[in-house]
Amino acid sequence: MHVTLEVWRQPGPDTAGRFVTYPVDDVSPDMSFLELFDVLNEQLIKAGDEPIAFDHDCREGICGSCSMMINGRAHGPERGTATCQLHMRKFSDGAHITVEPWRAAAFPVIKDLCVDRAAFDRIIEAGGYITAPTGGARDANEILVPKSAADAAMDAAACIGCGACVAACPNGAAQLFTSAKIQHLNLLPQGQPERWERVINMVDEMERWFGSCTNHGECEAACPKDISLDFIALMNRDYVKAQFKQRRLAGQRR
Amino acid sequence: MTDPLLEAKIPPGPIAGKWDEHKFAVKLVNPANRRKFKIVVVGSGLAGASAAATLGELGYEVTMITFHDSPRRAHSIAAQGGINAAKNYRNDGDSIYRLFYDTVKGGDYRSREANVYRLAQLSVNIIDQCVAQGVPFAREYGGLLDNRSFGGAQVSRTFYARGQTGQQLLLGAYQALMRQVHLGNVRLYPRTEMLDLVVHEGRAVGVVTRDLITGDVTSHAGHAVVLATGGYGNVFYLSTNAKNSNVTAIWRAHRRGALMANPCYTQIHPTCIPASDDFQSKLTLMSESLRNDGRIWVPQRPGDERPADQIPENDRDYFLERRYPAFGNLVPRDVASRAAKREVDAEHGVGPLRNGVYLDFSEPISRLGRDVIEERYGNLFQMYERITGEDPYVVPMRIYPAVHYTMGGLWVDYNLMSTIPGLYVLGEANFSDHGANRLGASALMQGLADGYYVLPATISDYLAPLLGTDPCPTDHQVFADAEAEVGERVRALLSAKGTHSVDHFHRELGKILWEDCGMERSEASLEKALAEIPALREEFHKNVRVLGDGESLNQSLEKAGRVADFLEFGELMCRDALHREESCGGHFRVEHQTEDGEALRDDEHFAYVAAWEYTGDDANPRLHQEPLEFEAAHLAQRSYK
Repeated sequence: MHVTLEVWRQPGPDTAGRFVTYPVDDVSPDMSFLELFDVLNEQLIKAGDEPIAFDHDCREGICGSCSMMINGRAHGPERGTATCQLHMRKFSDGAHITVEPWRAAAFPVIKDLCVDRAAFDRIIEAGGYITAPTGGARDANEILVPKSAADAAMDAAACIGCGACVAACPNGAAQLFTSAKIQHLNLLPQGQPERWERVINMVDEMERWFGSCTNHGECEAACPKDISLDFIALMNRDYVKAQFKQRRLAGQRR
Repeated sequence: MTDPLLEAKIPPGPIAGKWDEHKFAVKLVNPANRRKFKIVVVGSGLAGASAAATLGELGYEVTMITFHDSPRRAHSIAAQGGINAAKNYRNDGDSIYRLFYDTVKGGDYRSREANVYRLAQLSVNIIDQCVAQGVPFAREYGGLLDNRSFGGAQVSRTFYARGQTGQQLLLGAYQALMRQVHLGNVRLYPRTEMLDLVVHEGRAVGVVTRDLITGDVTSHAGHAVVLATGGYGNVFYLSTNAKNSNVTAIWRAHRRGALMANPCYTQIHPTCIPASDDFQSKLTLMSESLRNDGRIWVPQRPGDERPADQIPENDRDYFLERRYPAFGNLVPRDVASRAAKREVDAEHGVGPLRNGVYLDFSEPISRLGRDVIEERYGNLFQMYERITGEDPYVVPMRIYPAVHYTMGGLWVDYNLMSTIPGLYVLGEANFSDHGANRLGASALMQGLADGYYVLPATISDYLAPLLGTDPCPTDHQVFADAEAEVGERVRALLSAKGTHSVDHFHRELGKILWEDCGMERSEASLEKALAEIPALREEFHKNVRVLGDGESLNQSLEKAGRVADFLEFGELMCRDALHREESCGGHFRVEHQTEDGEALRDDEHFAYVAAWEYTGDDANPRLHQEPLEFEAAHLAQRSYK
């Protein structure tokens, strides 16, 4: 196969970027999209050009590092697939492919296709955990967890934190990520004591960094793990309920 | 006789009581004093994140260094199948003793008994802890936890979260860590790579790091340093490890005086997707859990070109079930890998390159239904389909062994302290629990046992006498010297301005090691590798081309530093393999095998841990030995028949 890539090159966070065109020959259909970039980078190094920076690590679709807008779609054309698991057999010979970094105000470009997703860590820090210091846990089977609850929590917990949902959203909103993280914990019995505080703290932190959700649903379509939009509805429900359920006594507001 | 450097500090008394005994014997730091101690943790995988979170909870001041953009991306996230624990929830005869025994036997009697027993004891607490954190393990309809089986065991003791157990356990540890970050007990340094260990007056006092965004070389000081930086499988270039996994942190510590133990013990995992071409950048694991239901076979006739569905039952060889009737498809990884290699070498291989064996689900699909198989392994089947373009519900998977895990690592005592006082090593980065072969679902167990339980209980023994002292200041000459050395290394890599990329050299090194120090090793192959690696290393430093500068994000430069260390480490690995004149677990010397081709140990001469001391760039490393004694699990020839 032969493909032509239009790749966003940007030397640093404060310098202007531009598209550069790179033809690549002898592309195998069995190559992954990142392996295509490996091959291109080898060509660039040979020619004395600086290789393209892109985040990647596990290349198995689980670490959530890879992050490319491919022809305007987060992680490219195949549904439920991270960039690293996308293979060239999904493109036609002679294809013209545009590759950009995630585009979102909360994810500033570091270099070329690498962006800074630290805002996600701030959301987790705000409450994306169950307070269970090491040592105090009781026997794992003492609290029964209905299979349906465990399965639903797992569906949410499957989020890999790649940020495709934000990149795909016209508002740069992080509702799908945040709701998946909240609902993973809020659906389990162990998550109940901190349920209401968690949703308020995490949503408020999210609002500090990201745009607002206007129910486009692009996030779900772009998600490499098929996280359901339903979690956003569950998060919104919990957020509203939390306003009434906060157990702090009147007069003890922080 | 015990080597004075290798004082393992194994507590006295019967094996079942050693850990309790030891916890009582160690010195403690009282809660109000803990905030006066600063601990630097490097690596944010299961071991590092769980250690940092727990040390933070205890009240220590923790610095967490990770080269990832977020601690959650560490390679533990990719572990698929599960985590072992001796809960005996299945009522199938499991116990702490049985998990201990299976692990020692699976490791081919090359692990330290007392450590393994402690691991089996703590496995039970790990599951409790993870459930309390909200890890969504698989459940039965009644709400109890579910289990599956893994290789090397005849019980079901593996807890799992679909095919994403590592991800869920890491998220649990990461979330606990982020809680401590929020509380101010842990200070997080993402995209920061450790490039050297700083040792002052014989103690580990800090690390030198490079900020991967700005290129700044700086130091972090602490009363103790904890390395939880994973394994070195990427020395082979192609492995199931994440692309950025590397040996640098432990190699730099080794060069500063920490002994490296059993580097030749590498695990080749039997069920990976076979390599397809030269551009291949990594190999993908298909979880061992698939061997619960999948059946492994090859065509009986060499070179049989018929598609799998046209080969009748009689013309198939279910070689694991035939050779190992008691354990069948669930023999340990080293045994399964060698059996598959033997079939492929004898031209029974399948697939376009004839480099695989079948892992077939047609029988369980017709017995249990497609939906049951989909629920158990759905994401793995999907992953396979993405990579190969073949539907494993219809066509059997093709699998072949690949480098997956490294049992060797820095030598540690019972407290997990290396030979450098104040330097602790956790998880895959140390050598202690898996002997010459790790059983499936035991890596997650070890990482979390080390991080949640062992280190937090033992580190106070080292810290308590240091009460009232400050960490060595980072403007001390010893830090300045180490920073200057790191800066010089970076500059040298940038200024070589040669003709070949870093990947070119890495791939060459990988080829040498896979051919000569891979699934089978011989004296001749190892001698050959030992001649080739130094030459390649010299060529690398003369002729590597690293473009760009050192003052901004430069991924080639990061890789170059790691490959430079792999080129040194690879040589030690071969040297260790050459000296170990026996076969055990994943270390298979062709000269030492039984009549039916199984690994042949030599307990008389090699029942010891080989720990290597760095003696200089131009000198041979010095061998130290820690004898292994087996009082509870008696030395025996492994049999899975």
